Amino acid sequence: MSESDITLKSGRADWLGGELPYAIPSKKLGMWLFIVSDSITFGAVLVCYAYLRLASPNWPTPFRLSSIVNGAIMTFVLLSSSVTMVAAVEAAKHGRIAASVRWLSATMLGGVVFDILHIREWLGLIHEGLRLYQNPWGSSLFGAAFFTLTGLHMTHVTVGVIYLGIVAIGFRRGKFTSDDVEISGLYWHFVDLVWMFVFPLVYLLSARMH
Amino acid sequence: MGKFFAIVLTVITLVSASIFAMHIWWMPVDISVHGPALDKQFGETLMGTGFGFLVAQLSLAYFLWKFADKGDGRKVREFPGGPKVTIITAVVLVGLEILALSFVGQKAWASVNLDPAPPNAMHIDVQAEQFAFYFRYAGPDGQFGAVHPEKISDGNGNYFGLDPENDIPARDDIVVGSLTIPVNQPILLTIHSKDVGHSFYVRELRIQQDFVPGIVIPVHFTATQTGKFEIVCTQLCGLGHYNMKAYLEVLPQDQFDQWLKAQAGQ
Amino acid sequence: MHDTSDQAAVHHHAPPKGFLWTHVFSLDHKVIGKQYYFLSLAAVVIGMVLSWIMRFHLAWAAAAIPGLQHLSQVGAPGGIITPEYYLSLLTLHGTLMVFFVLTTAPQAGFGNYFLPIQIGAEDMAFPRLNMLSFWVTFVGFVTLVSTLFISDGPPISGWTAYAPLSALGNDAGPGLGRGQILWVISIGIFCIGSLLGALNFIATTLDLRCKGMTLARMPYTVWAWFITAVLGLLAFAVLLPACVLLVLDHVGGTSFFIPGGLVLSDKLQPHSGGSTLLWQHMFWFFGHPEVYIAIIPGIGITSHILASTARKPLLGGSRVLVGCMVAIAFLSFTVWGHHMFISGMNPFSSLLFSVPTLIITIPASIISLNWIATVFGARLRFHTPGLFAIGFISVFVTGGLSGFFLAQPSLDIYLHATYFVVGHFHMVMGVAAIFGMFAGTYFWFPKMFGRMMNETMGKIHFWVTFIGVYCIFMPMHYIGLAGNVRRYSAFVDDYLIPLIPVHKFITIAAFVTGAAQLLFLFNLFWSMYRGKKAEENPWDSTTLEWTIPSPPPFDNFGGRHPIVYHDPYELGVEGAKGDYVMQDSPEKLAQS
Ligand code: HEM
Ligand SMILES: [Cu+2]
Ligand SMILES: [Cu+2]
Repeated sequence: MSESDITLKSGRADWLGGELPYAIPSKKLGMWLFIVSDSITFGAVLVCYAYLRLASPNWPTPFRLSSIVNGAIMTFVLLSSSVTMVAAVEAAKHGRIAASVRWLSATMLGGVVFDILHIREWLGLIHEGLRLYQNPWGSSLFGAAFFTLTGLHMTHVTVGVIYLGIVAIGFRRGKFTSDDVEISGLYWHFVDLVWMFVFPLVYLLSARMH
Repeated sequence: MGKFFAIVLTVITLVSASIFAMHIWWMPVDISVHGPALDKQFGETLMGTGFGFLVAQLSLAYFLWKFADKGDGRKVREFPGGPKVTIITAVVLVGLEILALSFVGQKAWASVNLDPAPPNAMHIDVQAEQFAFYFRYAGPDGQFGAVHPEKISDGNGNYFGLDPENDIPARDDIVVGSLTIPVNQPILLTIHSKDVGHSFYVRELRIQQDFVPGIVIPVHFTATQTGKFEIVCTQLCGLGHYNMKAYLEVLPQDQFDQWLKAQAGQ
Repeated sequence: MHDTSDQAAVHHHAPPKGFLWTHVFSLDHKVIGKQYYFLSLAAVVIGMVLSWIMRFHLAWAAAAIPGLQHLSQVGAPGGIITPEYYLSLLTLHGTLMVFFVLTTAPQAGFGNYFLPIQIGAEDMAFPRLNMLSFWVTFVGFVTLVSTLFISDGPPISGWTAYAPLSALGNDAGPGLGRGQILWVISIGIFCIGSLLGALNFIATTLDLRCKGMTLARMPYTVWAWFITAVLGLLAFAVLLPACVLLVLDHVGGTSFFIPGGLVLSDKLQPHSGGSTLLWQHMFWFFGHPEVYIAIIPGIGITSHILASTARKPLLGGSRVLVGCMVAIAFLSFTVWGHHMFISGMNPFSSLLFSVPTLIITIPASIISLNWIATVFGARLRFHTPGLFAIGFISVFVTGGLSGFFLAQPSLDIYLHATYFVVGHFHMVMGVAAIFGMFAGTYFWFPKMFGRMMNETMGKIHFWVTFIGVYCIFMPMHYIGLAGNVRRYSAFVDDYLIPLIPVHKFITIAAFVTGAAQLLFLFNLFWSMYRGKKAEENPWDSTTLEWTIPSPPPFDNFGGRHPIVYHDPYELGVEGAKGDYVMQDSPEKLAQS
C-alpha cells in the first residue's frame, strides 16, 4: 500500500512525516523551554520583591548618581554584547567560523566587563554597610532583595560567559554547528532582556531623589 | 467479576452515604448568630454532592453489572446521545450548583469576614504563642496599653509585653488564660501572634481564623448560648500543637459583669 | 521507505556495555524510567511504613512500638513516640508521598518508559539530560531521607513548611534547624530534576513523533504526560526560588518570610520586614498545580487502560479528554488561594479564588461522566489493571465531590485543617494517583519485564485495597465533620477523646490494607523472575508499545521506523482481526 492514499476514518489527510511537525529542532526548542521556565523564576523573585517593597514603609532609596551612571554603563555594555552576539550568529550562519568566534569572544568580553563593573558596585555598597541582612538606610529586606536579584542575574551572566566559551571552542573545532551558536545567542539575549527589568526595578526605583 | 464489583461498589456507596445522612458524626450544635447560614449551606452542598455521589457510583455499579464481556461476540455500544449528553449534564448540573452555592455562600462569608463588627462590639485582644492563648480586656478605662515585643516575657508573666510603668492605659489591662464573654453581645477579637502561625478555632462558634505573625486580624461574632467550649489551635505551630487549647466561657450578662469586676479588682 | 529527512527518529547512541553504563548511568529512557519507578517504590514503602507508625500512635498513643527506639532514641524513647517525633514523621510522610511518589512514578517513571515508545521514537530528545534529571532527583531523595538520621530529626513543619515556623531555626522547635534546611535543599534539588524532566518531555512530544503520529493520534497517556510536563515547567519554576529564599532566611540572616517583633523563648528575634503570607502564596502557587501534576498522569493512564478494558475508546475521545485536561491545567494556576481562605488573606480575595475553584470542577466532572458513560455498552474484561482503572474512577469521584465543600470559603471556616481535608486529599490525590500507578504497573509490567504478573494475587490485592481505602478515608470525612483537627499527635481534649474509637477502626483498616500492599510487593518481585512469559500484546491493545517485543530491544523498534495509520484506540472494531486495529497496521478499516 502506498503511503499517500491512506486517509483516516474521519477523512483527515494523513501527516506523512518527512518534515518535522514543528520546524524547531529539539535543541532550540529546549532552549526556548528553558527560557520560559527561567523567566518565570525571575518573575517570581521580582514579584516577591514588589510584594515586600510595597509592604514596607521604610524601603530605602540609596542609589546616588554615581551608582545610576555605573548601572547605565553596565546596561550599555550588556546591550553592546547583544549586538556582537547577533554578529556572531550571523557570521556562523554564513560559515565564517573565525569571524564568528571573534564576535563570540567580544560578547564574552562584554559579559566579563559587566561582571567586573557589577562586583565593583557591590563592593562599594558593602563598604557603605549594605548587607544581606541589614543596611544603614532602612528596611533590612532591601539588601536581601538587592543581592538576591542582582546575584541571580550575575550568576546567569557568568554561566553565559562560560557557555559561550564552550560553544566558541566547539564551533572552531567543528564539534558544534551554527545552530549551537544561534541557541547560545538565545540564552544571551534572554539574560540581556532580564537586565532590562532588573535595572529599572532595582536601581532606578531606588535612586536617591535629591 | 462485574457483578461482584457492582455489589461491592453499591454497598460502599450506600454505607458511606447513609452515615452522612444519619448524622452519626456531625458538627456540634451551633451557638453563633452567623452559624445557621453556614450550616444551611453545608446541608445544601451535602444534598447536591450526595446526589452526584449516588448517581455516579450507582450507575457505574449498574454498568459494571451489565456490561461484562461474556465472550458472546456482542457489539460494543456508544452511550446514547454521545459526549454531548455528558458534557451538557456536567455543565448544567455543576454550573447550577456552583451558581447557587456561590450566591448563598457569598452572603454567609460576607457576614463573617466582610461586614465590620457592630459599633457596640466588646473588644478583646488575643495573643497566641507556643503553646497557649492569652486574652486581654481593656479594663475600666476602656483602653488597651501598647504592646512592646521586647518586653514580652513568659518568665514574669508579661505575655503581651506591656509597660505599666510608663504607659497609663496598660496599668488596668486584664490578662487571662481563657476567654470569658457575655451571651448575645457582639464580640470583636483582635488576634495576633507572638511567634509562629496559630489558628483560633471554636467549633460551636463556626469560627476559624489564623493568627498571622506580623499582622493583627479582626474577628467578630455573637454567641447565642451560654456554656463552656474548647478553643483549639488548628495551625501547625510546633511540638505542643496537639495540646494547645483554651476555654471559651459564655456567661449571662450579669455573671459576666461580676466576673469582670472581680478580675479588675485583683 | 526510510527517507533521509526522517530526523524525528535519528537520535542514535550505541548500546552501552558493562553494568555501570547499562544499569546505573544509562542513557536509555527505559532504564531511566525503571530507575524512577524503583525510586518511587522505595519512597512509597518508607512513606507507608511511616503512615503505619503514625496511625498506630494516633489510635494507641501511650503504647510502645517495639524497636522504634533504635530509629531515634530521642524521638521514640522506649518505643513511645514524642509529639515532636510524630510531626517529624508526618512531614517526611507527606513530603515523600507528594514529591517522590506522586510526582515521580506516574510522570517520570511510566512517562519516561512509555512516552517515547508510544510516539514511535527511539529515545527522549535529550538522553543525557534525562539521566541527569534522574540522578538529581535521587540526590534530593537521599537528602530528604537523611534527615531521619541527624540528631534532631526531620523538620516538624509539615509538607507545606509554613513560615515563620520553617524559617526561624531550632528556637521554634526540634528539627527546624538543620532538618529544615536539609528539607528545603532536598525540595530545591527536586525542583531542578523536575524542571529538566519537564523540558525533556515537552521537546520529545513535539519533536520526536514518528510518521503519521499527528497530535490527534497521540494516545491519552501521551497527552497527559505532555500537559503535566507543561504544568511542571511552570510550577516548579516558582517553588525553586521560594526554596532559595527560605534557605537564605536560615543561613543568610535575611527576613523574606519573617516579620519583625517575634519573640521565641523570651528572645526577640533579629528579623524584620518579611511576610509569612508571601511563603504561602509562593508555595500554593506551585502547590495547586502540583496536585494536578500528581493526578493528570493518573487520568491519562486510567483512560488508556479503560479503553482497552472496555474494548472501546473513551466517550468523546481525545478531543473532550484533552480539552478538559487543558482547561484543568490552565485553571489550576488561578486557584491557589483556596488553600488560604482563613489564612488572613484579604477576605474579598477568598471569594475571588472560590470561583475558579468551583469552575474547575466542571472539566473534572465531564471527564468522570465520560469514564462512567464509557463503561456503558462496553465489553469489560476484568483483569487486574482494568479493575484498578475502574477503581480509580470511583475514588476520584468520591474524593472530588468533597472538594465542593472545601471550595466554598464559608464552609472552609469550619472544615479547614480538620480530618475532612485529610480524607479529601488522600482520596482524590493520594489514593486515586496510587490506583493509577497500580493500574499502570499491572498493565505495563509485561512490557517492562517480559513476564506477566500473577492475576490471583493481583485480584486479592485489588479487592482488599479498594475496600480498605474506603474504610480508611471515608471515616476521616466523618470525624473531620465532627471537628477532629489534623496534625495532632494525640487526642487529649475532652472533645476529641470520644472520637478515638474511630481512629482505632481507621488504624486497623490501614494495617489490613497495608498487608495487601506487601502482597503486591511480593507479586512484583516474584513475577519478575517467575511470572509467565509475556507475549507482545497480552491485553489486545492498539498503541505502539504493543507492537514491539516484551521487553523491547535497546532502540525500541529494532531499527524499524514505525508509521502510524490509525487513531490510538480502534477497539471493538467489527471485521478486524481480533476486535481491534493496531495503530501502525496498514490495513484499511472496512467501513471507513
Ligand atoms: C497507606 C495509606 C496512607 C495512610 C494510612 C496515611 C495516613 C496519613 C496520616 C495519619 C496523616 C496525618 C494526618 C494528620 O495528622 O494531619 C497523613 C498525612 C498526609 N498524607 Fe498520608 N497516608 C497514606 C497514604 C498517603 C498517600 C498515598 C499520600 C499521597 C498524596 C499521602 C499524603 C499525605 C500528606 C500530603 C499528608 C499531610 C502531611 C502534612 O500534614 O504535612 N498519604 N497521612
Ligand atoms: Cu498550633
Ligand atoms: Cu489547591
